Amino acid sequence: MAGKIIKVSGPLVVARSLENPMMYEVVKVGEIGLFGEIIGINGDEASIQVYEQTEGVGPGEPVVNTGNQLSVELGPGLIKQIYDGIQRPLDVISNKYGDFIARGISEPPISYDKKWYFTATAKPGEKLQGGQRLGYVEETEIVRHWVMVPPNLSGELLDISSGTYTVKDTIGTLKDSFDEKHILRLAHKWPVRQGRPFKRKINPTIPLITGQRVLDTFFPLAKGGSACIPGPFGSGKTVVQHQLAKWADAEIIVYVGCGERGNEMTDVLIEFPELKDPKSGRPLMERTILIANTSNMPVAAREASVFTGITLAEYYRDMGYNVALMADSTSRWAEAMREISGRLEEMPGEEGYPAYLASRISEFYERAGLVIPFGSDEEASLSVIGAVSPPGGDLSDPVVQATLREVRVFWGLDAKLAYARHFPAINWLSSYSLYSDLMNNFYNNEVSELWLKNRQAALRILQEESELEEIVRLVGIDALSPKDRLTLEIARSIKEDFLHQNAFHEVDTYTSLKKQFLMLESILLFFTLAMEAIAADVPLDLILEQEVREEIARMKYHPEEEIDKIKAVQDSIRTAFDEIKTRRASA
Amino acid sequence: MIKEYKSARGLEGPLMIVEGVEGIKYGELTDVELQDGSIRRGQVLETSEKRALVQLFESSQGISTDLATVRFLGRGMTTSLTREMLGRIFNGVGDPIDESGEIIPEKHMDINGSPINPYSRNFPSEFIQTGVSAIDGLLTLVRGQKLPIFSGSGLPHAQLAAQIARQSKTLGKAEEFAVVFAAMGITFEEANFFIDDLRKTGAIERSILYINLANDPVIERIAIPRVALTAAEYLAFELDMHVLVILTDMTNYCEALREISAARKEVPGRRGYPGYMYTDLSMLYERAGRIKGKSGSITQFPILTMPEDDKTHPIPDLTGYITEGQVFLGRDIHRKGILPPINVLPSLSRLMQKGIGEGKTREDHADVANQLFAAYAKGVESRELAVVLGEAALTPIDRIYVKFAEQFEQKFINQGFEENRSIDETLNIGWKLLNILPRTELKRIRNEYIDKYLGEKN
Repeated sequence: MAGKIIKVSGPLVVARSLENPMMYEVVKVGEIGLFGEIIGINGDEASIQVYEQTEGVGPGEPVVNTGNQLSVELGPGLIKQIYDGIQRPLDVISNKYGDFIARGISEPPISYDKKWYFTATAKPGEKLQGGQRLGYVEETEIVRHWVMVPPNLSGELLDISSGTYTVKDTIGTLKDSFDEKHILRLAHKWPVRQGRPFKRKINPTIPLITGQRVLDTFFPLAKGGSACIPGPFGSGKTVVQHQLAKWADAEIIVYVGCGERGNEMTDVLIEFPELKDPKSGRPLMERTILIANTSNMPVAAREASVFTGITLAEYYRDMGYNVALMADSTSRWAEAMREISGRLEEMPGEEGYPAYLASRISEFYERAGLVIPFGSDEEASLSVIGAVSPPGGDLSDPVVQATLREVRVFWGLDAKLAYARHFPAINWLSSYSLYSDLMNNFYNNEVSELWLKNRQAALRILQEESELEEIVRLVGIDALSPKDRLTLEIARSIKEDFLHQNAFHEVDTYTSLKKQFLMLESILLFFTLAMEAIAADVPLDLILEQEVREEIARMKYHPEEEIDKIKAVQDSIRTAFDEIKTRRASA
Repeated sequence: MIKEYKSARGLEGPLMIVEGVEGIKYGELTDVELQDGSIRRGQVLETSEKRALVQLFESSQGISTDLATVRFLGRGMTTSLTREMLGRIFNGVGDPIDESGEIIPEKHMDINGSPINPYSRNFPSEFIQTGVSAIDGLLTLVRGQKLPIFSGSGLPHAQLAAQIARQSKTLGKAEEFAVVFAAMGITFEEANFFIDDLRKTGAIERSILYINLANDPVIERIAIPRVALTAAEYLAFELDMHVLVILTDMTNYCEALREISAARKEVPGRRGYPGYMYTDLSMLYERAGRIKGKSGSITQFPILTMPEDDKTHPIPDLTGYITEGQVFLGRDIHRKGILPPINVLPSLSRLMQKGIGEGKTREDHADVANQLFAAYAKGVESRELAVVLGEAALTPIDRIYVKFAEQFEQKFINQGFEENRSIDETLNIGWKLLNILPRTELKRIRNEYIDKYLGEKN
């Protein structure tokens, strides 16, 4: 028996006499069957948040419960897809229903007709736990999709066979400890609000390499770590997020556009198939899943979209991949919570946000991590990068504060830098990363033992610069000693020649760790030699006139293949200072 | 199905409670007939089993709960559409207010529209030449973009918007082009300025105007941008036109939103504005864009006046998070007599990168724009330093930058509201200005472009 609507107020619907309503159960609302979720039960009445516009729905119409919680369907065919916040495939909807999103549509998230060749790796008779591997399907050229026992099942594998299947076909059967038989398929469902289990979590020690100099060198994120990017509008959050989605050395990228612009998602959709992954040489789209719940799409689905995204990400993590999830922007997600909470007439907390805001945010970020999944003994990771859009760029915003308590990397965007078109506009003084020292071993082995030392030296120069700037503002530059003026010049060089990075320049958009190291080393070499020269009474102006400084400025445009040119810059620097020395000796 | 009740029970501001109703749908359109036979429009805001909350689009003045008849029309709010609307003037709910009589609609569309499927969108990348150097050179506008003007009271945003409406064109093509103008709570004079300007250039024949003046019903302001954008969608996606939508003034729209929200006794968000204002604004702004396989486009120019020039105020703040950039007008620069007074540093066009470069504008465009921004920012910074410490405290290079900043404002930004510059002219002025700086400072420009363009102009 279906329930009956008794009240409609925007996305909130109240229904009476539903049969055994369950919290977070999915329901179909009204004659047209709008998608909704039960978010409160009071006696015989259930409050439902509806994921679609409710115009034209009224009291008396039926509400049908489905018995399921809000779930995603996990199986081959997820990669390269674009979904809305509740995993409806937008490409299928566009082809079938037109350019505007109609209501009451439901389409399978992954194709039920497409045939996949499944290679079984598990053998009949094996005892398997949830999450252990049954076999694989080649999902794209670069992604081998491991088919796993659904996490809530375990037991003895009765039969399994390789062959060509759709996601609905039976690939084998499993007998659990109660002698009950379960059919295994290529796909299974998982509720989005529940984290997928794993064997254990470990401390992250390997950086997620992004090719962005200010991030990799100064404020690195670990594989399995979490980061937040807060900033006012126009400071470049989205460009940073896009750069990460393009260049981060993860095997799978899940990009959640949560309450942001439609055109941004279109941009990704058009650009990613064209761009090549630097590691595999294949189009970036072959490792990407997009979730697009743009700002004008229903607000309740926006609330669900980050959970949908992270569940898909966890699924690939369980296969043993390094997965990175970008959520742009978590503020819109929090606002969606606020909107629903307001309609429920809950007691508001800070700035009208619900009191459970902080716990929801930590629930989300805590699903990141470096783990040993059930399916293998190797590490797999889920890194989460959340953009935050605080009103007026004010970091005291409750969403920023709740996020900062949870994440270990903070990339603070600065409007002033953005105005000067210094991109990425990440403030080097306020940003931090708590992973830097943990990953020392990696840098020692993979790049250079001087990595952290150079990083420290560069950060110190920038710190000194900010203090010297204060003095300059008070008394003018003439009051500074040549040494201090040199420090200012070098700080400027670090900012312009190293930290500034043009995302739209074909070479500059990505820099390898090796190149980053050499670039910074060159600038610091110039600094050291110039300091020595000043100590030997060489006039500062003579040092600053050196043509080699232009070579330093052009380092970033040398392609990765011509990395030797940067080493050559270091030779030029040494030659230049040798010449100064000899000339002064002879004079 | 039309249902009629005489059971209005409560009235508060524009909100009316009707009791004893049955089967009323959310969002349903309502007619309230007064004792004198006149009719006020409204819409259902909340519906429960025996009770409906109706929001009136006009004032509730003179309505008596005992005498009024409430009719639920059984449909949502739609607007009539036809090609013949070009050249005509309408009020906030889409009824004609000029002297040319009723229109014969070809079509009715729901004013709320539906969200464009992100998969169906086509990325805007077609350069629009506005003839304004600051915009073309540094804040390039593309077809399908939403680029607001952040202004303040007393600044000439209307002139700038009119200039853009007048001069905008794409290079090398003649296509069907239309202007949809929605005035929300602006003064008679400002509305008249736009109408006159469109009339003067003959563009009025290609325009649809929706006018809600400062003394018209507040609540109509909620409907007017939706009606206007529905007309724009009709022109763009059914009649294949390129539509420029000017929405002025969004600040008045947001205040109307706040007024309604307060009347509904909702929990207020920042500065009393409702918590859903972001979503509400995005439902308007996101209606700009292009669709794959359709040749038309909607480009939006919302204008808003920042209260006290404060860009962290919720209206500009939320707008900036939704739109694809913003054009800031600056009071300081306006005082210097520079027209249009665009403060380029906080201004931004997010879609610029896709609309410029070889084949669209010129190969050197991106680098030049980047360098001009960086150099001007440095010049402004040095100029501020000079104010505190005196000119003498500056290094020689700083002094060059100060000179650059002055020249940049005078030559590049300053052009008045009549001059129409081509993109080549704009970029060439840029190179001329960059000549002020030593070549070693031009770090943002590729060497080959410096050789090609800087040399030529020396």
